[in-house]
Amino acid sequence: MAALLEVSGLRVTARDASGGEVTIVEDVGFSLERGEVLALIGESGSGKTTTALALMGYARGGCRIAGGSVRLGETQILSLSASGLRALRGRRVAYVAQSAAAAFNPSRRIMDQVVESALIHGTMTRAEAETEAVELFRALALPQPYRIGQRYPHQVSGGQLQRLMAAMALITRPDLVVLDEPTTALDVTTQIEVLRAFKAVVRQRGTTAVYVSHDLAVVAQMADRILVLRDGRMREVGETARILASPEHPYTQSLLAAAAPRPHGDGVVPEEAPPVLEVRGMTAGYGSLTAGGAPLITVLRDISFSIRRGAALGVIGESGCGKSTLARVIAGLLPMAQGEMSLGGEALPPAVEQRDRDQLRRVQLVFQMADTALNPSRSVGRILGRPITFFHGIKGKECARRVRRLLDLVQLPASVIDRLPGELSGGQKQRVNLARALAAEPDLILCDEVTAALDTVVGAAILDLMDGLRKELGLAVMFISHDLHMVRAVCDEVMVLYAGQRVELGSRASMAVEPWHPYTDLLIRSVPELRQGWLEEAAAVRAPEDAARRTACAFYNRCSVRIEGICDRTAPPVQAVAKGAEILCHRGEAELLSMLPPRRRHAA
Amino acid sequence: MSEAAQPAPAPRRKRRRWPLAGLLGGVLVLFWLMMALFGPMVAPHEAGRIVDMDVFTPMTAKFPLGTDYLGRDMLSRILHGARYTVGVALLATLMASGSGLILGMSAAVWGGWLDMLVSRCLDTLSAMPSKMFALVVVAAFGSSVPVLVLSAGIIYTPGAYRIARSLAVGINAMDYVRIARARGESTAFIVREEILPNMTGPVLADFGLRFVFIVLLLSGLSFLGLGIQPPEADWGSLVRENIGGLAEGAPAVLMPALAIASLTIGVNMLIDNLGGFRRRAGGEG
Repeated sequence: MAALLEVSGLRVTARDASGGEVTIVEDVGFSLERGEVLALIGESGSGKTTTALALMGYARGGCRIAGGSVRLGETQILSLSASGLRALRGRRVAYVAQSAAAAFNPSRRIMDQVVESALIHGTMTRAEAETEAVELFRALALPQPYRIGQRYPHQVSGGQLQRLMAAMALITRPDLVVLDEPTTALDVTTQIEVLRAFKAVVRQRGTTAVYVSHDLAVVAQMADRILVLRDGRMREVGETARILASPEHPYTQSLLAAAAPRPHGDGVVPEEAPPVLEVRGMTAGYGSLTAGGAPLITVLRDISFSIRRGAALGVIGESGCGKSTLARVIAGLLPMAQGEMSLGGEALPPAVEQRDRDQLRRVQLVFQMADTALNPSRSVGRILGRPITFFHGIKGKECARRVRRLLDLVQLPASVIDRLPGELSGGQKQRVNLARALAAEPDLILCDEVTAALDTVVGAAILDLMDGLRKELGLAVMFISHDLHMVRAVCDEVMVLYAGQRVELGSRASMAVEPWHPYTDLLIRSVPELRQGWLEEAAAVRAPEDAARRTACAFYNRCSVRIEGICDRTAPPVQAVAKGAEILCHRGEAELLSMLPPRRRHAA
Repeated sequence: MSEAAQPAPAPRRKRRRWPLAGLLGGVLVLFWLMMALFGPMVAPHEAGRIVDMDVFTPMTAKFPLGTDYLGRDMLSRILHGARYTVGVALLATLMASGSGLILGMSAAVWGGWLDMLVSRCLDTLSAMPSKMFALVVVAAFGSSVPVLVLSAGIIYTPGAYRIARSLAVGINAMDYVRIARARGESTAFIVREEILPNMTGPVLADFGLRFVFIVLLLSGLSFLGLGIQPPEADWGSLVRENIGGLAEGAPAVLMPALAIASLTIGVNMLIDNLGGFRRRAGGEG
């Protein structure tokens, strides 16, 4: 039987700034049987999206498909005319983009947009298309399949919108679906629902799909075969099980190694190490203060923790839980409304303006997006020199010497001193970003998602570097992240935030042991594991119902072990559990252990 | 650490050719600036002297741009007029862009009630038609160079303010400004080092555009007889006083109009290509 899709010798070129042609995809070829799912995996810039788009005969602005052939069934896609391509796209090949929020028209109802391609291509009448759409909504496990189509895109959640976009792609029953990083922008707890829905619908309809992703663990759940790309060339292609078990190409091996980060250090901090930062009962938010002293919009409620010298505290939670706000409050950019902070035993004033220069020096911030964290019109030398001059009063030759030493510390060549940030790569920018914080010679560095914008391999290198610096300089670090793997690998202590409350705080060792707070449990269960079949085993998640309702325990609506009448009425107490952690829950330790489904242990 | 070990990518782009249009615009602007400074020195005749018995003469070797309605040398009159047209417009633009920039930055950095107050006041000002406002001011205070500079400067301040404020508000929200604030830097430092250098490009482009508007406004006023008063004349008044020669096709009416056109087109071409110049400068920085 001939393959449904056959790609051979695909070559895509782009025009660079000086007008020359550079090849961004070179000699890519593969074939796909009907009903098969192939994953394209690689870092940013590896050409995976470019390859996927070429399957629809499309090249992004400035790019050109320069050679090769793409055959779908009997059709040679690359030799189609413009009208031929129009008839193909959305009808026989459909595309699901990364950001559903950007792909939906905010001013039209969801149903109108989902059935649109069926109407454009004339494959169905409006009534048939709507029946089909409802069928798809049900298959994708969307709530209220009969009514959701009447809503506007802003009235459904991000995870639902991503599934609606899949429905939009599948409505014409296309031969091939291209999914371009469809879950990358979602929180892990949402991602698992979306993945499960995708997988069910792909199974049920026998859809042939190309799944583009940088995340091996996600791909392991979805794909039959994996194709590894780097720098626009194929590195390895094979069955998913084979690639995961015995990768042949060294690059695939390094990808696998980076996807399962090994723990850094022994996780033991000498108990006698004095706390650098202590926070008691921090409440912060936006807007004017209400009668009770809390801000109108409270982002953080009653947070307490401490960080010892040389220790790393991980702060984890989904988007909107207040973790970035925590960094801003500690740095004094957003003064807290209630609570106390102390730095090295002395009280730390809440606002930047009230702090003296030494206090400012001792707490430094490192932001997520190195692109926006470095002044684009100042050279690296000036960016790093400023904190040295500002905090230590050092100028001229000595300052230049210190800048070079800093660059050495973050493993950058001295030649970058005269560069502007725009001339550095993402990883290099993040190193400069880090070096600027180190220039102040701080006691505590607050890292807000420092690796989120970087590729896995580059991110792992940055974390290695941070770990080395922490040991060498005795720095305390607060890592803010949404990535449980990363936090568990580099932090000595982990704090879990949900809706601005500290639901769990414990050592790294305790994070590996049950019982967890129900939210921590959900979070841990939702992180895809790097093995096939994980998705099928993972327990179903309770979808947030009636999220607008305010309850005493913020997690009440999504909790699988809630006690009605108590959890929604009374604020949960903080309780210490035997594993050495504090949990914010009404349920006792024994109850949590027995009620939450036991986690399957496996060799890894 | 493969990513750090490899030599830093050297994006020193190949030197592209200077954009021709930008270069041409630059030459035109430079030429008129020189004329504004040294025009009276190189002019063959005094501006006010009647040198020919014939009026509205065509171009001759003796009078390269002909003579005007009184028989004065047109070339000398245009060279003398450059000082008024370019000089007054330049002063007014500096005033408009300068005060717009200062007010806009203050509003963006301090925000709150100051932003509110300044924005609403300037909104009120920009609600008045610019020509009407200039006519009223000139009618009330009489026409003189300071009055012209002031009124043109005030009329064009709200536009410059809007641009500067929106740029500064955007930059003020960037992470690198937050880092500087968290470091405890003074507001003056943040404005000077972090915000201002990142808005020079758009602000310069706006400056050029505003200069063109002001040249046209002043020429318009002079054409109506409310600008520079005789016997002195800027290019707008030169067009007006020689309008009688239009039927004869005299260069006396065409040439000052051409001068206005060449100046405004030159500035436009220059600012349109500022982006190109700036990118190159950045690449070499």
